[in-house]
Amino acid sequence: MSTPLIEMNNIEKHFGPVIALGGVSFDVMEGECHCLLGDNGAGKSTFIKTMSGVHKPTKGTMKVSGQEITFDSPRDAMENGIATVYQDLAMIPLMSVTRNFWMGREPRKSFGPFKWIDFDQANSVTLNEMARMGINLREPEQAVGTLSGGERQTVAIARAVYFGAKVLILDEPTSALGVRQTSNVLATIDRVRKSGIGVIFITHNVRHAMAVGDRFTVLNRGQTHGTAKRGEIKPEELQDLMAGGQELAELEGSLGGTI
Amino acid sequence: MTDERLKQVSTLRRAMIRPELGAICGTILVFVFFFMIAGDSGMFSPEGVQNWGVVSAQFAIIAVGACLLMIAGEFDLSVGSMIGFAGVVIAILSVHMGWPVWLSIIAAFVVCVALGALNGFLVIKTGLPSFIVTLAFLYILRGLTIWLSILTTRQTIIGGVKEAAEGDPLAFLFGGVIFKDLFQWFADLGLLDTFTRGSRAGQPVVEGLPMLVVWALALVIFGHWLLTKTRFGNWIFASGGDAQAARYVGVPVNRVKILMFMFTAFCATVFATCQVMEFGSAAADRGLLKEFEAIICVVIGGALLTGGYGSVIGAALGALIFGVVQQGLFFAGAESSLFRVFLGGILILAVIMNTYIRRMITGER
Repeated sequence: MSTPLIEMNNIEKHFGPVIALGGVSFDVMEGECHCLLGDNGAGKSTFIKTMSGVHKPTKGTMKVSGQEITFDSPRDAMENGIATVYQDLAMIPLMSVTRNFWMGREPRKSFGPFKWIDFDQANSVTLNEMARMGINLREPEQAVGTLSGGERQTVAIARAVYFGAKVLILDEPTSALGVRQTSNVLATIDRVRKSGIGVIFITHNVRHAMAVGDRFTVLNRGQTHGTAKRGEIKPEELQDLMAGGQELAELEGSLGGTI
Repeated sequence: MTDERLKQVSTLRRAMIRPELGAICGTILVFVFFFMIAGDSGMFSPEGVQNWGVVSAQFAIIAVGACLLMIAGEFDLSVGSMIGFAGVVIAILSVHMGWPVWLSIIAAFVVCVALGALNGFLVIKTGLPSFIVTLAFLYILRGLTIWLSILTTRQTIIGGVKEAAEGDPLAFLFGGVIFKDLFQWFADLGLLDTFTRGSRAGQPVVEGLPMLVVWALALVIFGHWLLTKTRFGNWIFASGGDAQAARYVGVPVNRVKILMFMFTAFCATVFATCQVMEFGSAAADRGLLKEFEAIICVVIGGALLTGGYGSVIGAALGALIFGVVQQGLFFAGAESSLFRVFLGGILILAVIMNTYIRRMITGER
């Protein structure tokens, strides 16, 4: 069996007296989409922030490609091939697609002591990468604000892939999207996975998870309730695990199975 | 070829979403207006042009700093007090303490840029709005300026800088005039009027290009290039557009913001030094209200008060509009208090227009 791209062992994170994560283990393999499910407040955000170098774990170990590691900053995590796409913080709407795409890693030309952004290269790479993700931009100078929510997520994903991400963490990429945009983003996830990147897909929507996931881990009140492979678990069971069992089952009865 | 639901954008619309557009229209309107009402008053004669050119250049110098800082998402209300402070520091050191003028100028730059860094550091570390932090410095610096000047010289106006600056190399860089030969040549060709009487008979009425204007042009060109062409410029936009999103992709937002506070302080000190060299004196009340005038130039130039969007060229045009109107009303013989009425009016108009343009860019409705 090959080594996981990233492996989190018994991660705990305390904020003062609050135990946000109480021993979470999680890993993702090459070319796999591992879904992390959980309701609001389950600790999903804390967990991905730990993975992406924003927080340091209080206890537990992290391994990247089998090597034990600690991240000092988000930049550190990025350099180790771990890219995170945040739900609302992926893009800056007033800036152009190109400027967003290259933000923090602008390609430069220089003449003597003067260095400036190589906009020709930046624009053409942006157009190409977006086209590969199935989005034809009108012009790379258009502001990100003119794109739909799904397209913004796609720009962020394309950016991460282009800059050599081995692991892509997607924080609720579909939660604010309509039906068509959601299916576009799910298709993008599938495309990214097939290119050998490990995808960590965070969501609270079981149907979206079932559509692309290879494995599923449920997080509830800071703890995992085990990991299941595709085909081993039914959507209803995932739903139950997420909500913590019975209450939802009762609710579901009265709602006629609509959740 | 692309999505069938995207309408082809017209050239007009594309021009509309440039931040400078409002300022360009405003500049044209202002010039046409003053050509009509003050065309024969000498406003567009060489001296007249020099008159409003210098005033506009003064505004432009502080507007460039305020512009980059506003795009990075912060304000500096201490610019005006910083101008008074820097001037008094130069005058005290050179006239009262007998330092060479060049050393006094360097000292003023070091102290003021350090104060700018302190402003930025406090804003970043406390997380308070820069509005409040720099408002505090507006008072602190003004108070210190008056106190220092009275403590050392018992007066709030310190003269004698001109004599001290005689032949000083750095003083020329701020108070000098270049291209004198060129202007003399223009005069000899009859392109420029010459003085007919007095000690300067035969010399052109406009001596040359003041260094103040050179500074303004250089700062505008530098600011525009930095903002639109460089990596650092991209980080300025990013820091003001969404600091958290920028941090997540590795942009050093704190460094960018503190550097911009320092740059604003640098611009204020350039302004102060030019003014001290021109007048030959420093006064504790110099620079009053300049912080707001700088912000108005920037807003007329199309920058958003919330940060993340704007243009240095726009801010420079805002400064030009400001200077032309202020001096133009004087040439036209209008009541000068009307200038403030105009200023308030144009500010409101600019902000309304910017908000509308922002909706167009982001596609909000």
